[in-house]
Amino acid sequence: MQVALFVTCLIDLFRPRIGFAALKLLEAAGCEVVVPATQTCCGQPGYNSGDRHGAQVLARKLLRELDGCEYVVVPSGSCAGMIRTHYRELLSEFPDVRPQAERIAARTYELTDFLHNVLKVGDVPGLWQGSVTYHDCCSGLRELAVKAQPRALLARVAGLELREMSAPEQCCGFGGTFAVKFGDISTRICDQKCDDIVASGAAAVVLGDLGCMLNIEGRLRRRGAQTRVLHVAEVLAGMADPEADGA
Amino acid sequence: MQVRSAEFKAAAAQKLDDRQLYRALSGLRNRMVSGRAVAIQELDNFEEMREAARQVRDFTLTNLDYFLELFERNALARGAQMHWAENGQEVNRLVLDIARRHGVRKIIKSKSMLGEESGLNQFLEAGGCEVRETDLGEYIIQEARETPSHIIAPAVHRTKEQVADLFEARHGRPRKHDIAEMTREAREVLRPHFLTADMGISGANFLVAETGTTMIVTNEGNGRMTTTLPRVHVVVTGIEKVLPTLEDVAFILRLLTRSATGQSISNYLTYTTGPKGVDEVEGPDQFHIVMVDSGRTRVLGSPLREALRCIRCGACMNHCPVYQNIGGHPYGWVYPGPIGSVLTPAYVGLENAGDLPNAATLCNQCGVVCPVKIPLPDLMRKLREQQVERKLRPLSERAALKLWTFVALRPALYGPMMRIAARLGRWLGGSRALIRWLPGTGWTVGRDMPAPRGKTFRELYAARWRPAAKSRDAAPVQGKGRLR
Repeated sequence: MQVALFVTCLIDLFRPRIGFAALKLLEAAGCEVVVPATQTCCGQPGYNSGDRHGAQVLARKLLRELDGCEYVVVPSGSCAGMIRTHYRELLSEFPDVRPQAERIAARTYELTDFLHNVLKVGDVPGLWQGSVTYHDCCSGLRELAVKAQPRALLARVAGLELREMSAPEQCCGFGGTFAVKFGDISTRICDQKCDDIVASGAAAVVLGDLGCMLNIEGRLRRRGAQTRVLHVAEVLAGMADPEADGA
Repeated sequence: MQVRSAEFKAAAAQKLDDRQLYRALSGLRNRMVSGRAVAIQELDNFEEMREAARQVRDFTLTNLDYFLELFERNALARGAQMHWAENGQEVNRLVLDIARRHGVRKIIKSKSMLGEESGLNQFLEAGGCEVRETDLGEYIIQEARETPSHIIAPAVHRTKEQVADLFEARHGRPRKHDIAEMTREAREVLRPHFLTADMGISGANFLVAETGTTMIVTNEGNGRMTTTLPRVHVVVTGIEKVLPTLEDVAFILRLLTRSATGQSISNYLTYTTGPKGVDEVEGPDQFHIVMVDSGRTRVLGSPLREALRCIRCGACMNHCPVYQNIGGHPYGWVYPGPIGSVLTPAYVGLENAGDLPNAATLCNQCGVVCPVKIPLPDLMRKLREQQVERKLRPLSERAALKLWTFVALRPALYGPMMRIAARLGRWLGGSRALIRWLPGTGWTVGRDMPAPRGKTFRELYAARWRPAAKSRDAAPVQGKGRLR
């Protein structure tokens, strides 16, 4: 099975290790993974900020690069949701690319959704001694129904105990440029998330979207909390060790 | 009402510091949100009902002209007097004219958001009428000279203690300590007004086309007294409130009260069809209905038309992480929260709505709880697009977006720039790999920025495929990965 990995711009810049963790998980499950070298951004920042034209040209670029792949897998609920649920509307003015947009929407998966529902993986390489809590990122949850998949996979990580926080589906306050435009409101919303995370008593919060990850980790550190913040791919791939580098 | 939406950001910042407000709103977070969650469990097909409700609303709005005429015909046949107002000024003038024609001095009001839109109370008072709000929440904010901060719980921003202080000061009676006592006191103060008012004004939750009936959904009983005790009654309602049949109302009510307050049904459902009949003992002698456009037909023909489905339950604001922390006042007009961020620009103009379409994380919690499936985040995105098209966003923001697109379209430029950013980020992050301060953004106001680690995925991945790297153990499993 050939799978194109769309790494996402935030993982490319901030946490390459997550990209390598996704790669490892897909390859361990027997996929032939390609990583198109010209990939950049799915267009989500422009789409959510009113720059429809910018989002459209980036979406068309992505279609050119990834059309023809059997599957596109994305270690981010919001970028996968962008391609899967918004491209059709975004590109509705361009009948010429509609078939491509339809095709790619149907073939694009969030990583845990793909591992669990398409590949139906049994074992995962990860090991984790202790407890984690899982934050449901909004786009993955509400656009792609990613809820049971990461939990089912985490349940297979030897030694891992999942401790649910009190409101795992509550937004962390990131919201893309919202976090930059309304830093104070965003921080306050994130504070409630941090309270819930800390109250769960888990050693780490695990999630599936880098935006939320930067937001939650940034607030936890500013508050002086030591709770680790990990992408679900890192935990599943056994690459959650602080020293493990992706290279 | 005066539009203050342009001041959203500063007003919100102030509210974040308001500990009383935070306490007051915690009730909303706990009661309304969990109440709704429990109440919808009573329905075994909630999602199907939402879809059906959406269809009923869309069908009615698509045939709005037909149903409005049907409603008018049936209302007139039952003796109601119909008025049509294009905008708020016309609403105010019409209602004052009715009051003058019937020698009205004292008016009691049940809740009407449309009255808030046009500033009806102030206009009537300037015209020489005494206006008394009778919904407990509306009464509180009238006494406090505030505006509603929620569409169904107008005084939700006030704590019990703040209300006790207010009542003590305004009523000149000994301070009360619990809600039941305060409510009793308000009833005692309001009762003489009910009995001496010449005119009652109410809004309408729904208009029933097949019978010419207006109906309101209430919990306190004030609404029923407002519609039945005074000799003149005026309903002020938006034209989008019409539903074809009583059965449609009964169906949508099952979603409305559960979504709003978590009640299976509200305490009162008041259906009013025309004035008091010849053999009837209750009801007004004069029954007027003011049908208000105020932008509705314009929205009907716009990309925002789905917002007209709204049945005013308030679930979107109850569940909004932004509203939950700042309350309704910073939104700056009648309708706060996600629906307000759409209706405010729709009704008063995008250029007057400031940051509202951007004041949301697009988490879509509002979209999934909306009982009529209004795609609120999509509508906010459309408004954001219009803001960019009409250059209503700051130049710096528009330029940054353009720059991002320019770079992201060109992988040969993007790669090196991200490599530079990754190195710069690592340097800025220092030994703790945390950036404490980023100029020109709100990010580091309350958060650190976890720093990049010095190399991008793209360069690390590419390095695997250089000859020197080929022998490394870490190369992809079975060498299947490849670059294209």
